[in-house]
Amino acid sequence: MSVGAPRGLASSGQKPIAEILHPLSAAEEPLSVSVTVNVEGDKEAGLTNGTPVETSSPASTSSLFNRLQLDDDLEADVRDPYTESTETRDLFVTVDDPKKHVSTMETYITYRVSTKTTRVEFDLPEYCVRRRYQDFDWLRIKLEDSQPTHLIPPLPEKFVMKGVVDRFSEEFVETRMKALDKFLKRVADHPVLSFNPHLNAFLTAKDLNKRQGLALLTKVGESVKHVAGGYKLRARPAEFCAMGEYLDTFNQKLGTIDRIAQRILKEQSEYLTELREYGTVYSSWVGSEEELRRPLEGVAGCVTTCCGALEDLGENMSQDFLPVLREYVLYIESMKNVLRKRDQSQAEYEGRLEAAILRKQEDRTPMPLEVEKCQDKVECFNADLKADWERWQSNKRQDFKQLLTGMADKNINNYEKCQASWESLITLLQDKQTEDKMSETN
Amino acid sequence: MMMADSGSNEEVAVIGNTDITSTESENNIINTMVERGTPLLRKMEINVAEAEKRTGKNTVNMQETYTVYLIEIRPAETVPEGGTPATPDALWRRYSEFELLRTFLLVTYPYIIIPPLPEKRAEFVWHKLSADNLDPDFVERRRVGLENFLLRVASHLVLSNDKIFFLFLTEEKGWREAVLETGFQDKVDSRLKSLSAMFRVKNPDKRFTEMKHYSDELNTVISQLLRVRAKVADRLYGVYKVHGNYGRVFSEWSAIEKEMGDGLQSAGHHMDTYAASIDDILEEEEHYADQLKEYLFYTDAVRSVCRKHELIQYELETLAQDLVYKKQQKEELATGTVRVFSLKGMTSKLFGTESQEQRESRLAALEQSIREGEETLKEKNTECQQFVGTAWEDIERFKEQKDKDLREALISYAIMQISMCKKGIQVWSNAKECFNKM
Repeated sequence: MSVGAPRGLASSGQKPIAEILHPLSAAEEPLSVSVTVNVEGDKEAGLTNGTPVETSSPASTSSLFNRLQLDDDLEADVRDPYTESTETRDLFVTVDDPKKHVSTMETYITYRVSTKTTRVEFDLPEYCVRRRYQDFDWLRIKLEDSQPTHLIPPLPEKFVMKGVVDRFSEEFVETRMKALDKFLKRVADHPVLSFNPHLNAFLTAKDLNKRQGLALLTKVGESVKHVAGGYKLRARPAEFCAMGEYLDTFNQKLGTIDRIAQRILKEQSEYLTELREYGTVYSSWVGSEEELRRPLEGVAGCVTTCCGALEDLGENMSQDFLPVLREYVLYIESMKNVLRKRDQSQAEYEGRLEAAILRKQEDRTPMPLEVEKCQDKVECFNADLKADWERWQSNKRQDFKQLLTGMADKNINNYEKCQASWESLITLLQDKQTEDKMSETN
Repeated sequence: MMMADSGSNEEVAVIGNTDITSTESENNIINTMVERGTPLLRKMEINVAEAEKRTGKNTVNMQETYTVYLIEIRPAETVPEGGTPATPDALWRRYSEFELLRTFLLVTYPYIIIPPLPEKRAEFVWHKLSADNLDPDFVERRRVGLENFLLRVASHLVLSNDKIFFLFLTEEKGWREAVLETGFQDKVDSRLKSLSAMFRVKNPDKRFTEMKHYSDELNTVISQLLRVRAKVADRLYGVYKVHGNYGRVFSEWSAIEKEMGDGLQSAGHHMDTYAASIDDILEEEEHYADQLKEYLFYTDAVRSVCRKHELIQYELETLAQDLVYKKQQKEELATGTVRVFSLKGMTSKLFGTESQEQRESRLAALEQSIREGEETLKEKNTECQQFVGTAWEDIERFKEQKDKDLREALISYAIMQISMCKKGIQVWSNAKECFNKM
């Protein structure tokens, strides 16, 4: 990664990412006609934690156009008024294409992580790497450690608790992949986290394993750092208390919603079983009838269609709805962790301050530097946290709006399919009836 | 309520109108199930208007509560403009009286498929539906069923002319005596016996055998259908009701939200509405179940008619067999050859032949018996042919009626499903709107 004079970046054009060679395997050449650089750093002179950002020339129209060619994330932008608009986003990530790897030691799944960016921090405009869950976990840990004052989005569950679930089943992999995609997108959208060097490495490095070895050791070291201290917090500012209370209640409500959704799935599944049998009885009746064959077959057919529609609804709910709920529970846990860390750093500051004041009173030594550092740390933490909280609330609103309207849509869809089926039966039978009436009068 | 037009045979179509209310659909269905312009209905309207609870002393002098139904009849004449319709004649009947009437008809017209009564006790019940005979919903459905029964009898070409039936509609007090006076009770036992008897018929009319077989199949399949339908209803009830929990949790959640609060709260109300909607949906579906039940009970009546045919045929075959046997005996006696074993013949062989006189008197007795037997056989044959003729006619009528009625029932079931889907779409669309405002 080079920091310094901005380089000409090749435009990504309209090539699908699959056709683009792996950046480290192919010759290091720009892929097509180059266009001017555009990193929209102008809007932020500095990030919330003080890191300066490279500013450069404003966007040129053609590169802006190129950015708009990126199909995956364009829809997300259009739907998403709460996160940054297209103009400010310059880092797009996608997780897809799961593949199974079988080796002598283990079997595991990797996902394709595709990146498109115009940022200077990246050598190339596009990257394509394969990562496994372990790698995402590594990234998350590194982010947590290197950005302790920020809220890191959650990962899907590491271990599959419910013993019956198949780690390699299509549904499980699909669900997990969507969650990983969401995780990465949230990180990429974060004004601070997205510039984290570990993220860069994750997105670009061919082989992440070497770095991970060291990472594990450092992880242990840093967590020890956090545990030590043991200062007691005096007075938590009201706004952080309110956050804590909100999170607790919200957590509770999410749990309830999860239980209700699961219960509905169960009831629907049992209903489906009976409904299927119901359809077969109509089918079996057909055999002993003549005139009634058509209506009976019709009814059996409609019942079957309704069964199919209901099956789809159930699948959708368990694959799309429930995982998102659970993800938010994890998010709440992360947020609570950050609040705890903030409390700790405030406690540490207060403790040191008190000690320093006592010493000052005794022998008139000036305020030690560490106390000032602590104060800075707390103020930084509070500011970051507040910013992240706002962001999180706004994302949460958007996410749940989408989730719940999605649920409503799926239910509407289910009923529409059923209604159409029954209506076509009536039309069919009505036509037959007019046919019969006409032949009677003739 | 039935209006009879003299001469016109039009039926009200149920198809095409998917937005009818449940009472409307009930009336529609009743109208299409019974053909107008038939004998009794040309002259009068019949309906079972109300139900009332009564208490009284029963046969063992104990207090009991029972329900009575008001039967109203009105002559079917057009009302002059500005005039008031004639007040109906009305009388009260309880279920057991309907049962008495039906038993009478069963015994008196064994070649007719007698329309069934609504069930005595609630069967194929899904959990919330009451199995209590005094439950208002059950009573209401029974009222409809009883009216249907009367209309079916009144529209039958043969049954509608029955005196006892007419008295049932017109004589509140004296009816019971009139029925008992007919002496039909005597035939009841023999009918029951014949229905359950085991006998082997050699040459039944194939059509009757097939019809009996069909009726058994229909009975099986409708029973299955009703049983599974009840389970389906139970499950669907559960699905809808659990959604009500969303109402509560959304409401609680909205309390801690700022901008999201209103949307969540209103969406919650829609979830409550959704959960409550299942009660009406399933109540309406009970009507479909009742239509199926009618035909389930009809299969018993069909079976009885087929069995009656078999019995008469069996009696005919037995008589014919007896006659053959007697003729053979006579021939033997006349020619002296013993082909058929007879005790008399055996004993005369063992103990000496009988006198000429004895032989001749025996011969005469046999010839008399044969003549009588031939008479009886002729009568039985006629009886059998008449039975086959009238019964088959009624069976054909029944088949047509069944096809039409069940087709209508299936169509109205489809309409009910459409209505349920529309309601579901409405509620979820409303909820979606609220979510969009979050």
